[in-house]
Amino acid sequence: MKKILLSSIIVIIGFTFIGRLSYLQLFRFSPDQTFEDPAIKAIYDYPERGYIYDRNGELLVGNQPAYDVMVIPREVKPLDTLEFCGLLGINKTTFIDKMKKARTYSPRLPSVLIHQLSKEDYARLQEKMRHFKGFYIQKRSLRYYATNSAANVLGYISEVGEWDLKNNLYYRAGELKGRTGIEKQYEEVLRGRKGVKFIQKDRFNRDIGPYKGGKLDTLPEQGKEIQITLDKNLQEYGERLMHGKRGGIVALEPKSGEILALISGPTYDPSLLVGRQRSKNYSKLHYDTISKPTWDRSILAQPSPGSPFKTLNALVALQEGVIEPTTKFKCYNGFYVGNTLRGCHCGGGTRDMNTGIYRSCNAYFAGTFRKIYAKYATTDEGMDVWEKHMKSFGLGDYLGTDLPTGSPGRIPSKEYYDRAYGDNRWASSFIISNSIGQGEVAATPLQLANMTAAIANRGYYYTPHVIKNIGNKGSIDPKFTEPNYTTIDRKHFEPVVEGMANVYKYGTAKWLQVPEIEIAGKTGTVENFVRINGERMQLTDHSVFVAFAPVENPKIAIAVYIENGYYGARYAGHIASLLIEKYIKGEITRKDLEKRMLEKTLEHEYAKPYSGEPFKINEYVW
Amino acid sequence: MSGRGLFGRIDWLTVFLYALLVLIGWVNIYSTTLSDPNVSIFDFSTLYGKQLFFIGLAGLGILLVLFIETNFFERFSSIFYIISLVLLLGLFLFGKTIAGATSWYDLGFFNLQPSELAKVATALALAKFLSDIQTDIKKPRHQLYAIIIILIPAFLILPQPDPGSALIYFSLFFVLFREGLPLYYLAILLFLVILFATTLMFGTVWVAIGLIVLTVLVYTFKKASTKIPFIPVLGVIVIAVLYSLSVDFVYDNVFEQRHRDRFALWLSLEKDENKLEEIRKTIGYNTYQSEKAIESGGFFGKGFLEGTRTKGDFVPEQHTDYIFSSVGEEWGFVGTGTVILLFTVFFLRLIQVAERQKSDFNRMYGYGVISILLFHYFINIGMVIGLLPTIGVPLPFFSYGGSGLIFFTMLLFIFLKLDSNRLRDGI
Repeated sequence: MKKILLSSIIVIIGFTFIGRLSYLQLFRFSPDQTFEDPAIKAIYDYPERGYIYDRNGELLVGNQPAYDVMVIPREVKPLDTLEFCGLLGINKTTFIDKMKKARTYSPRLPSVLIHQLSKEDYARLQEKMRHFKGFYIQKRSLRYYATNSAANVLGYISEVGEWDLKNNLYYRAGELKGRTGIEKQYEEVLRGRKGVKFIQKDRFNRDIGPYKGGKLDTLPEQGKEIQITLDKNLQEYGERLMHGKRGGIVALEPKSGEILALISGPTYDPSLLVGRQRSKNYSKLHYDTISKPTWDRSILAQPSPGSPFKTLNALVALQEGVIEPTTKFKCYNGFYVGNTLRGCHCGGGTRDMNTGIYRSCNAYFAGTFRKIYAKYATTDEGMDVWEKHMKSFGLGDYLGTDLPTGSPGRIPSKEYYDRAYGDNRWASSFIISNSIGQGEVAATPLQLANMTAAIANRGYYYTPHVIKNIGNKGSIDPKFTEPNYTTIDRKHFEPVVEGMANVYKYGTAKWLQVPEIEIAGKTGTVENFVRINGERMQLTDHSVFVAFAPVENPKIAIAVYIENGYYGARYAGHIASLLIEKYIKGEITRKDLEKRMLEKTLEHEYAKPYSGEPFKINEYVW
Repeated sequence: MSGRGLFGRIDWLTVFLYALLVLIGWVNIYSTTLSDPNVSIFDFSTLYGKQLFFIGLAGLGILLVLFIETNFFERFSSIFYIISLVLLLGLFLFGKTIAGATSWYDLGFFNLQPSELAKVATALALAKFLSDIQTDIKKPRHQLYAIIIILIPAFLILPQPDPGSALIYFSLFFVLFREGLPLYYLAILLFLVILFATTLMFGTVWVAIGLIVLTVLVYTFKKASTKIPFIPVLGVIVIAVLYSLSVDFVYDNVFEQRHRDRFALWLSLEKDENKLEEIRKTIGYNTYQSEKAIESGGFFGKGFLEGTRTKGDFVPEQHTDYIFSSVGEEWGFVGTGTVILLFTVFFLRLIQVAERQKSDFNRMYGYGVISILLFHYFINIGMVIGLLPTIGVPLPFFSYGGSGLIFFTMLLFIFLKLDSNRLRDGI
């Protein structure tokens, strides 16, 4: 026993140690990740975020320096608090409060004392900064907007939150990320890649040299500048016209699908979401749930399209061979569905396709619509054919643009009605409203503009997009350069285009003619209802207008949707005509139209349902 | 065999293991104390350079020991012992204080730590006393003499203060056990340690309940033929409970807070996460950092000179007491396992060597050497990997420090010298 005592102890100790070491190094093994290792500090070098230019090379978004006042609490020496607070423009309580917070965070590490000083404050402070030990100014880069328009298209950037940090390993706390619009869609292109330097630290957090001799360090990769398809002048002009109105405007270049303008009313100045007032402004915009300035109506709103949709029904009927352009329908100042007369404002009489379109005759299109369905044995079959044609115009589904948001609109299918009414419990009379763009069809202004572009191109469209050029490479996603063909043959477009051209010559928009430009267009007047506090009420009609110009070799296709703007030619028609003229001629000859649009607002209309009093809709007075 | 020269008779396996441990130790000291890779390893302004110099001195020490007449050590062991006691006493007058402990003589080029010398001397003196033809370890009086020889230096070292070194002397009890000191001394000691720990962890009441339950179990399952008198067992229980109560009293009233914190950390007594965090930052900081460094090494380690925590000096005293954590971080489980294995083989070999001695003195001294080295190794690594409370003793052959290395070397090589002459002793 006494001879093996010590040997046993040695062996037991050996096993105990090995056991403990296995526990530490194998079971509890926690490898020091380069980023979590307390002995390694990563210092980042942020590249400048890429600039954004418009289609003509004009700057839309750049960068501006901002200055944060930083503090390292441990290094602060007694100071003239009053003077310092004066320079910073804060009061003493705030100062003490912020100092306390910084100290709680860490006495050794820098904290932000004041975010984003204005240039003036910075200038005053800079000279005196050396008197205040422990404080210093850190330069940061913020977005600078060379335009006060296109806020929703351009989008904004903001600090990453917990969700981003968990789901994207690239970002570290405090970094900025594109949140909406182009800033979000082209985030990786614009931001570039930050560079990183790893520094070996000792336990007092002092730098003692590069980690692994700088082997793991990377250089920053510059953010790329991008050129977008918006026309700055057109966009700004459109937003001015939109003053006091709610709605959306989309202008496209038909031959490329490039979005020339994407306007939503009401809008806001993108600069509001930069700088010290950012969060205050953001809350104000975000919580305006009635006029919803951050809700981009041009791509998100999906009202019934109204009469512009008639042109598509005409095309489908021609393609299906159920009518000729000369086929006539009788209008009884309306048309009968069973025994009820549904009204029409065209003036009555016998209508062919040309007059049907330019006078926007409901009876003509109800008849056309019935003929499409009559061709097929069952309504179901007719429905499928009709739906297929409509969807080939980019309706009823997401268009696949390079904007991070969008709405699908709706082209109702037979399943849709089966769900709504039950199998075989509906017939063509249930869906007749679709013939005139009311009823169940819905489309975003972007879809309307795209549909118009397809007509302008006589049968195809390019997927609408805002990207024109990334980093001067000239190449964009090939899906934007491939034409999408509709199911309608080219030859069927001419009669419809002629009708649309006549809308300007003789029809619903004859007062809106623009000298020297031949425009094809179509008005729309959309009945609409709201439910406020549980009460359903009808509001003044939405004013809708689609147009393209020139009729031959079109340069612009446009859709304008103005909430409660009454009949199509009234607000939407005015605005569409002005924008077309502005884009094609560069100047406005119809000063009367321009003056009216710049001055008129619809605020009184929007106030009506919230006034709590009975109100009239569709009032003729300007 | 006696015909061969000195170098033919020395135990080369032990020498080889020794050299390997010193080498691995120095490599880690190099990594721990390196600040500028361009400086030569022979630059004596650096710590690793100095350690290299100490290794050279230790080499000279080895030669010195090997060429001294074998009988010299046995004959003069009493003198050594008295000299070392005088030197320990002299510290109270002429000692140099480093890091709060008055443990050194300043010799200008070198700080001499007499407690290291005293370890060698005490091991020799104890062996001398026990091997005396008139000494009988079974006699309580002789047991007392032996214990006094062991404890005098310990009590002189304790007030320096250097409780770690003082504790080391208790390891020499293993020599006594080998030579016939009844093992129940060890059992009693173990029992008291367990009582101490369990009292702190569970409280006197539970300790008492546990003892009673244990007694009942023993009586229930013992063979009917075995008779255990009841009165002495009751006496043991009463004494144990009284001891347990006194542990509580001593812990609360005699210990200082820093001692309590060490035990709290060791036995995981503190459950409050905030206080635990506080302890980790203060008294447990070294252990915490050392464990973290070892953990981060994983199986293969981060590689030589790649230990970020070692480079960043996160583990305090890493080149001295905490040198093993650098092995853990840079060489991983492979490295730590190898070192443990080397030490284990080394100690087992030494026991083998000790047991083959014909001379009682040689064997007893050999056991002294093993006990002292083993205790250092056990306390040091136990502390570094978080098994034992913080007690500052160096890791033999590894830790930075001249006195330590040189006297550990002398301690070992005196034994190897004795061993090389074992056959002659028999003549």
